[in-house]
Amino acid sequence: MSARDDIFANIRRSLGVNGSETIRRQIVEDRLERAPKGVIPKRGQVSGEERLALFKTMVETSLATVTEVSSPAEVPQAIALFLRNHNLPATLRMGEDLRLKAMPWSDTSLEITYGPSEGRDLNAVSHAFGGIAESGTLALVSGPENPSTLNFLPDNHIIVVSAKDIASDYESVWNRVRFAYGKGSMPRTVNWITGPSRSGDIEQTLLLGAHGPRRLHVVVVCD
Amino acid sequence: MTVHSTSPQFKQNAARALKDGQLQKALGNVKQGFIDKRRMAADKLPEFESLRDSARDIKNHTLEHLDLYLEAYEEKVQASGGHVHFARDAQEARDIILAICREAGAKTVTKGKSMISEEIEINRHLEANGIRPVETDLGEYIIQLRGELPSHIIAPAVHLNATQVEQDFRRVHTHLDAKRDLSEPVQLLTEARAVLRERFLAADVGITGANFLVAETGTSIIVTNEGNGDLTQILPKTHIVLASIEKIVPTLEDASQLLRVLARSATGQEISVYTTFSTGPRRSADADGPENYHVVLIDNGRSSMLGTSFEEMLRCIRCGACMNHCPVYHAVGGHAYGWVYPGPMGAVLTPSLIGVDQAGHLPNASTFCGRCESVCPVRIPLPKLMRHWREREFERHLTPATVRSGLRFWGFFAKRPALYRLATRAAMATLGFMGRQRGRFTWLPLAKGWTKYRDFPAPQGETFQARWQRERKGRAA
Repeated sequence: MSARDDIFANIRRSLGVNGSETIRRQIVEDRLERAPKGVIPKRGQVSGEERLALFKTMVETSLATVTEVSSPAEVPQAIALFLRNHNLPATLRMGEDLRLKAMPWSDTSLEITYGPSEGRDLNAVSHAFGGIAESGTLALVSGPENPSTLNFLPDNHIIVVSAKDIASDYESVWNRVRFAYGKGSMPRTVNWITGPSRSGDIEQTLLLGAHGPRRLHVVVVCD
Repeated sequence: MTVHSTSPQFKQNAARALKDGQLQKALGNVKQGFIDKRRMAADKLPEFESLRDSARDIKNHTLEHLDLYLEAYEEKVQASGGHVHFARDAQEARDIILAICREAGAKTVTKGKSMISEEIEINRHLEANGIRPVETDLGEYIIQLRGELPSHIIAPAVHLNATQVEQDFRRVHTHLDAKRDLSEPVQLLTEARAVLRERFLAADVGITGANFLVAETGTSIIVTNEGNGDLTQILPKTHIVLASIEKIVPTLEDASQLLRVLARSATGQEISVYTTFSTGPRRSADADGPENYHVVLIDNGRSSMLGTSFEEMLRCIRCGACMNHCPVYHAVGGHAYGWVYPGPMGAVLTPSLIGVDQAGHLPNASTFCGRCESVCPVRIPLPKLMRHWREREFERHLTPATVRSGLRFWGFFAKRPALYRLATRAAMATLGFMGRQRGRFTWLPLAKGWTKYRDFPAPQGETFQARWQRERKGRAA
């Protein structure tokens, strides 16, 4: 008997089932289909200005920084300012995201390169799929538009998110993922990012910049 | 199968731990940090208690339908271009992993933190076959340099102080300037980051665990604060996920419920910095990510726990809250438990996985104070399960003769209430009289093992039963 068959047989023996019970199959199919939400904290269930304010507060709680601009055209200047304020080189790597590419980068003196990171980039920018106000989390999806390596290898990660994509809770983001990729399908990677990289492994003292970015800066576009 | 465990020597391990000054100093960090942080996180979320109920119910539901959710999960992984392998035990898992590594021509394998990888001792096996495993979680990296097991399931190096880490880094990182300053923890972190960055970029295979597997989508989920798990899985050509079969949850919504209680219970964070949902290998248009995606589903004793009273243990999401709140863990640390899983969850799980004959001491190392159960995010009745192990141990005559005769002695009196009352009354009156001045004993006959490390509080001279009767009479009058 293969390991697989053996394991299934043992599970079924222990549970006292044979695996073909219609009721059990119906229950499982139903749950996978309906995906009940469970308990959703009230905290995030606000809208408009209030939701944006909560998102920003939670982003800051996670030790990231956040700034707000009123149109995509202002994003390059905001990023240049962030880099200048931290004495960082005026370089920036990004993927093929059309929203980012359409921004007026020539307004700044930033040197832009494109593609995934191979470990030599200090600064990178990604466009988020969405944000989650409940916890100040950014949701990013992998792909040529926003390669996952940009989220982890550079020292300084900047994430641009549209205010209209900031949801109350994780569940709202899953609904959008299903709409974009089809029910039951996912991009290779969905990254939830909440603050810069950190470790508490030495004497339980919180230190920033473990393996991922030392700084996380969020630019919210309110247009 | 050979299991490398010192659980049978728990008593000697514990005695050594109590005398270990470095360990005792480091354990102070557990008592201070984790408890307050968890409480603050729980207090900030009014729905926390109902989320714990929800988490428990999701796990129960999944375990009851585990065969069907595993089938659904397997189908989805394959549909996304990934491979699913099943391993009955540790040896089968090791063979599968080695074969994948060989096929990838691997020389170096980076690893994210994974308790199941400790359980199957994969590092030892890879090394024996000429492949270098590199732990990338800072704590795991430190203990790998020291050749130790993790002493905590989420803070593997919690038994160490910064000066010890400094010594290890100087011993191993010999390519660096011997005169460099490593007096601050942040300097240790920066050095580890630089050393491990090279390993990440050079690795041929990345191995991670999984906090959850999602049946709906065939997704594996890891949570980290460092980002090491992500660099482990997106840089090499091959990503191997190791997971025990009970990690399955039905949907992304169910995973989100569990994620809401996981970080809060573990570190007191609202959510970990990185929560990563991985589904299959890189897509045709992708610019990065692994080309091969394998999942090794490991049983190693779990399927036999289903349908028994220990099934509840399979709800465990490995947050570590039970050990963070355990007075026994605070006193002796994780290594004394002698195998992979320490603390209350280890005291219940270890006998299930390596046998109560090996690990019978662990469920006995409990004061039954109940704090573990009161903080468990999936409400596992840990004290009850430890008591079940004690009963099984007794039934199988594994309990030592002194304990058995002690129990028999107590049983003789317990079955004769009048005699019991008389004897306890006499004993309490004597102890109460003798200890009335200091209020405690630093030495007692037949109780040296207790009084060696702590004082025994002096009874007030009256038995509980006597006081109960007196107060009840008082109330009735």
